[in-house]
Amino acid sequence: MSSVILRLAWASALNRRLPLALMVAAIALSTAILVSTERLREGLRAGFSEALSGTDLVVGARSHPVQVMLSTLFHLGHPAQNVSLAALEGIASLPQVKWLVPVALGDTYRGMPVVATNTDYFRWVRTGESRPLVFAQGRAFSDGPPQEGRFEAVLGATVATRFALKRGDIITLAHGSGAIGELVHDDQPIRVAGVLDGTGTPIDRSVLISLEAFEALHAGWVGGLPPRVGQLPGLRQAAPPSTMSAPPEARRPVSVTAALVGLHSRAQVFNMQRQIERPGPEPLTAVLPGVALDELWRVISRGEDLLRLTGLLVGLTAIGGLIATILAGLEARRRELAVLRALGAAPRTLFALVIAESSIANALGIVLGLAASVLGVGLLSPWLRTNFGIESSSTWLTMQQGALLALVFGAGLLASLLPAWRAMRLTLADGLAPPH
Amino acid sequence: MSGPPVIEVEALRFHYPRRAASVLELDRFEIAAGERILLAGGSGSGKSTLLSLLAGVLLASYGAVRLLGCDWREIAPATRDRRRADHIGYVFQQFNLLGWMTAIDNVVLGSAFSESRTARALGGWGSLERAAREALERMQLPASRWQTRGAELSVGEQQRVAAARALIGRPDLILADEPTSALDEPLRDAFIEALLAASDEAGCALLLVSHDRALEPCFARCVRLNTHSGGSASGAVPAR
Repeated sequence: MSSVILRLAWASALNRRLPLALMVAAIALSTAILVSTERLREGLRAGFSEALSGTDLVVGARSHPVQVMLSTLFHLGHPAQNVSLAALEGIASLPQVKWLVPVALGDTYRGMPVVATNTDYFRWVRTGESRPLVFAQGRAFSDGPPQEGRFEAVLGATVATRFALKRGDIITLAHGSGAIGELVHDDQPIRVAGVLDGTGTPIDRSVLISLEAFEALHAGWVGGLPPRVGQLPGLRQAAPPSTMSAPPEARRPVSVTAALVGLHSRAQVFNMQRQIERPGPEPLTAVLPGVALDELWRVISRGEDLLRLTGLLVGLTAIGGLIATILAGLEARRRELAVLRALGAAPRTLFALVIAESSIANALGIVLGLAASVLGVGLLSPWLRTNFGIESSSTWLTMQQGALLALVFGAGLLASLLPAWRAMRLTLADGLAPPH
Repeated sequence: MSGPPVIEVEALRFHYPRRAASVLELDRFEIAAGERILLAGGSGSGKSTLLSLLAGVLLASYGAVRLLGCDWREIAPATRDRRRADHIGYVFQQFNLLGWMTAIDNVVLGSAFSESRTARALGGWGSLERAAREALERMQLPASRWQTRGAELSVGEQQRVAAARALIGRPDLILADEPTSALDEPLRDAFIEALLAASDEAGCALLLVSHDRALEPCFARCVRLNTHSGGSASGAVPAR
């Protein structure tokens, strides 16, 4: 009996396939928007949270916590000020502090951020669920003086694959964003000492070097310009006295961008934060990464809500169109309803028929949209990973997405009560004699 | 003859809700099992209304209409629908078919809402499709047209398919509402001949409504519904 209804509904829907197909496409579009947004959102959040693991505090120059967190952990935006190594060493000597890793940012390698730090980085930094960093090949760079005449670098997984680099290769870093071709540190080529395993965090997209290498790259630079500035076309300034010929020295910079701090006990984190931010000779900001991230999400979630709302509205509009299509078809189908009635179909059977028809269209739209979203996000995910470091969620369908889709389907089901009820009324009013 | 008559009408009065005037008054009318009856009457005499009453789609305002001894008014709506599916095959004047379905599928649909008719069709022919082919053969629709969609069949072909659909699973009664009015004379004669033979073969009673007097010789019994001005009607008068 119910299989008869389904077969009839399917055949009847096929009969009006063009208008229904348009409605199915609209429902599919809305589903795709909803699911893709959710997938990217979840991927983004998961990726961000993974990068935080293990770091209790991020310490930088006085600035907005979100900015300190974004620039230090995610290499987004540019820090306004540096913090002196001396101040950081003071913090590192506090009894509550388990470890402190300084980080200096600002250079890039072909668009990928360069992170200058020390070997403690590989010892203490954790990703995901407290996973330590693992070398896919080679080893960490060495602190201190250059090895065999060259400084060394460790590459994140994405950097290595994207530029086809391996241990032993020689690379040249650029100052700043690297957009201006002239400002490259080609006087200080760097040897790749190792490559890290993928972590699904911004570390994959970064090039790690020692603080000494960072300092050597910038030796003699003034005001963000290299000592050779006189060679730049259009500038007639004389080159400063050359320090270039001096062999690279193992000097550490005076100041860095920020530091990652791990405590012996998490419970001390607020205490430490207050202590670090206490007014002193150098105004500092200590950021709880999780708190700053929550703050960021609060801002971003407005945009996300808007996107989700758009998807839902598209869905509702599509469902409205679907119902209108079915309603408009009913007048023309009064004959058909009378025939089914004469065959012994109960009015509630015809009610079910109309519900089944709109449900088929609705479900088809949702399945197509889901497929489009899985396919689309799947195709885009390598691009998203290398360019934005967004790891798109690999889960097929999360609870949240399922709930949204159920909402779309439920709204469709609810709305189809109207034409179904109308079909039943027509059936009862017409009996076996509908108007010709 | 054993068992109750297929149809038994007693002191029937019918008027549409919220309208006082009776559309139909019929004091006594019976259809015996396997009987074939021609129901005549001018337009507006309530023939279609009577068919709806016999099929249990409309209910008598007063009096009784019984199908196989069971009054339509005394059973629940769902039971009415099931009994209609089980015992009655219906042929409309025209537009009988679901236009997007093939002829075969339209015929199979005739037993879709009835377990007993499905069982009978399966018992006789092994599969619904075979039963449908058999019914179409009896109604003399060429096999080349069986897979044609309803909307693409000619009016004459559509009526044959509709009759085959009414016949499948051997219901007790076939109600046909002017099934030949859209057919020209040779088509009409061929259709009636096939329908009578097929319903005899299936053992169904047949009540055929028509104002076409040329059909009278084919029927053992002719019944006329008389119309009076003002909507009141007298009972059925045997024509001969």
